[in-house]
Amino acid sequence: MSVESREARQPWILLSPALTAIILLLFVPLGFIVVYSFWLRTATGADQAGFFLDNWQEALTDSFYRDILLNTLKIAGITTIVCALMGYPAAYFIARSRGNKAILLLLLMLPFWISYIIRTMSWINILGVSGALNSVLIGVGIIDEPIQMLYNETTVILGLVHFLLPFMILNVFVSLDGIDETLEDAANSLGATRWQAFTEVTLPLSLPGLAAGGLLCFVLGAGTYITPLVLGGPTDAMFANLVFEAIITQLNWPLGSALSLMLLAVLGALVLIYNRYLGMAQLMKGLG
Amino acid sequence: MDNTKRYGRLLERYRNGDMERRKFLGLIGAAGLAYGVQTPFAKFAHAQDVKEVRFDGWGGVVSEAFREYAFDPFTEKTGVTVVDGTFGGGDEYLSRVKASQPGEYNIAHLSGVFDYARYHGLGLTSELNEDNIPNLQYVIPKLNDVFRKITDGKLSCVPYDYGTTGLAYNRKHISDEEMKEKGAKILIDDAYKGKIGGWADWRTRMWYAALQTGQDPNGATDVDAMWDAVRAHRDLALKYWTSGAELMSLLAEEEIYVTEGWSGRIYALQEQGHDIGYMDPPNGFGWQECLFVIKGSPMEACEELLNFMLAPETSIAVAEGQNYPPALDPTKVDLGDKIPTLPAFDPTGTLSGLTFADPEYWNGHEADWSKMFGRVQKGY
Repeated sequence: MSVESREARQPWILLSPALTAIILLLFVPLGFIVVYSFWLRTATGADQAGFFLDNWQEALTDSFYRDILLNTLKIAGITTIVCALMGYPAAYFIARSRGNKAILLLLLMLPFWISYIIRTMSWINILGVSGALNSVLIGVGIIDEPIQMLYNETTVILGLVHFLLPFMILNVFVSLDGIDETLEDAANSLGATRWQAFTEVTLPLSLPGLAAGGLLCFVLGAGTYITPLVLGGPTDAMFANLVFEAIITQLNWPLGSALSLMLLAVLGALVLIYNRYLGMAQLMKGLG
Repeated sequence: MDNTKRYGRLLERYRNGDMERRKFLGLIGAAGLAYGVQTPFAKFAHAQDVKEVRFDGWGGVVSEAFREYAFDPFTEKTGVTVVDGTFGGGDEYLSRVKASQPGEYNIAHLSGVFDYARYHGLGLTSELNEDNIPNLQYVIPKLNDVFRKITDGKLSCVPYDYGTTGLAYNRKHISDEEMKEKGAKILIDDAYKGKIGGWADWRTRMWYAALQTGQDPNGATDVDAMWDAVRAHRDLALKYWTSGAELMSLLAEEEIYVTEGWSGRIYALQEQGHDIGYMDPPNGFGWQECLFVIKGSPMEACEELLNFMLAPETSIAVAEGQNYPPALDPTKVDLGDKIPTLPAFDPTGTLSGLTFADPEYWNGHEADWSKMFGRVQKGY
């Protein structure tokens, strides 16, 4: 065997455990879901194997699914914008801080030590009728009766921001941390104000990080299921809740498979567009 | 055909001259090799050598009662460990069972005869050997009969308790008189907009919609009117709850003032000191729960556990813990002091005062109504 061919094989040998895991844990189950999406649910709840287009026809033509999908994308979009607006200043502060950067990053990671469900449910104790916020407002005499703050679209977005903000901050931080600070000094020495130096130099250079954080927040937000279930009202469902209902409540695995593939296709298309114009390298840095 | 018979046939063929000596010895050798190879793994298939049985139930105070009064004493007595899991609803659990391997799930605390019928429809029923469950004699006969009707006179479960999904209300804000006057219609009363709750379960929603529109829950004809009632409730509701724990939390925290609720959970809230009232409106939703053995389970171990759980002392202790009356016939067994005070308790043992869901009617609408409710729930 020549040196060239041995060198060509080496990466594949090193990658084989990861590739095996990805094939077995991602592509094979995905293949099952694709097959399932063409089956039918019978009246008893059992599945009828075969090649039927009914589920796809229903998923693609029924306005109910389209509306919920659009609402899901809207909620994910708002969440992403809020995360960007809140996350950028925080990331800038961490990136420009001297000495205590490690502590600040550790604090940023702290929420990940607590279960996502617990973090989501904590809002009930904060915003509930007998929660902390209402108690304080009543205690200081601002209100007489507790305000109903929970179980609406706003609290769903709030819960999502709480969950996704660290992802945004980390991505923006990685981007800002890689920018040479002397560039801002150079801009200042050339007559730019601090604000101009930020908007003309730092912000454009950090946009890839912002875009990577935005993509992560959007994809994770659009695929969420727990937050609308815990913090949403009767009509605040997102697309993942439809998948849950089809599979669990209606025992309609074939339709649930078609719906989950539909969501995957929409979010996959977004990732492909992102990759086409911005590349995945920044995202990898942020995740790393 | 067992192995002894196979070897006997092989020997007969050899003796008749139909097989060469070398081939005969080769086949015997191969059989011996195969036996040697499978022996280390055979222990996993020994039904009699069961060390563990899995039980799935509703969690919360119900699971705590099962653990304390039934599972731990059973393990102490038999050495068989009971691993208990929980679920938030029958649909969710059925989906898990459907995705599992035979034997992975063993016994489930199922609610309603309609669930039993669904499991039977999916081929998940087993056949209990009733000789191994002598305590079945104490059970109210009517509770057994409805299950037998579905599985051709056999049983795949034992009835265990019963209760109702009635109306729970906060007495600070709603009086007993108002509840009596409005009944099920209080759930669609504008006066309590934003303070109404409801279970995110299509059966319960449609049952109460039937009551709100003055129809028979087991034979409603004006389904459109029922959907309108479900929509009216949705628009007034603060939240659909999805578990008993969430129900209790919403009422206890006064997020909601009125909802339908499970009798045992509401009793538990009352025991905790919350001023929560409970009433079953006329034709309120009655249900009976059973301990269902899923096909592929270790039958003898499961039957032993069921018999242990049906023993009056266990059954009464569990009932007092979970606040649902046991399936034991009060005319045959002395149920003590607490059980007669529980909501839905029937001292006659006939259960004639409760309205149960007709499995044929409800399962016949299951596919359409569960899907439709998914839409109505989201504003459609």
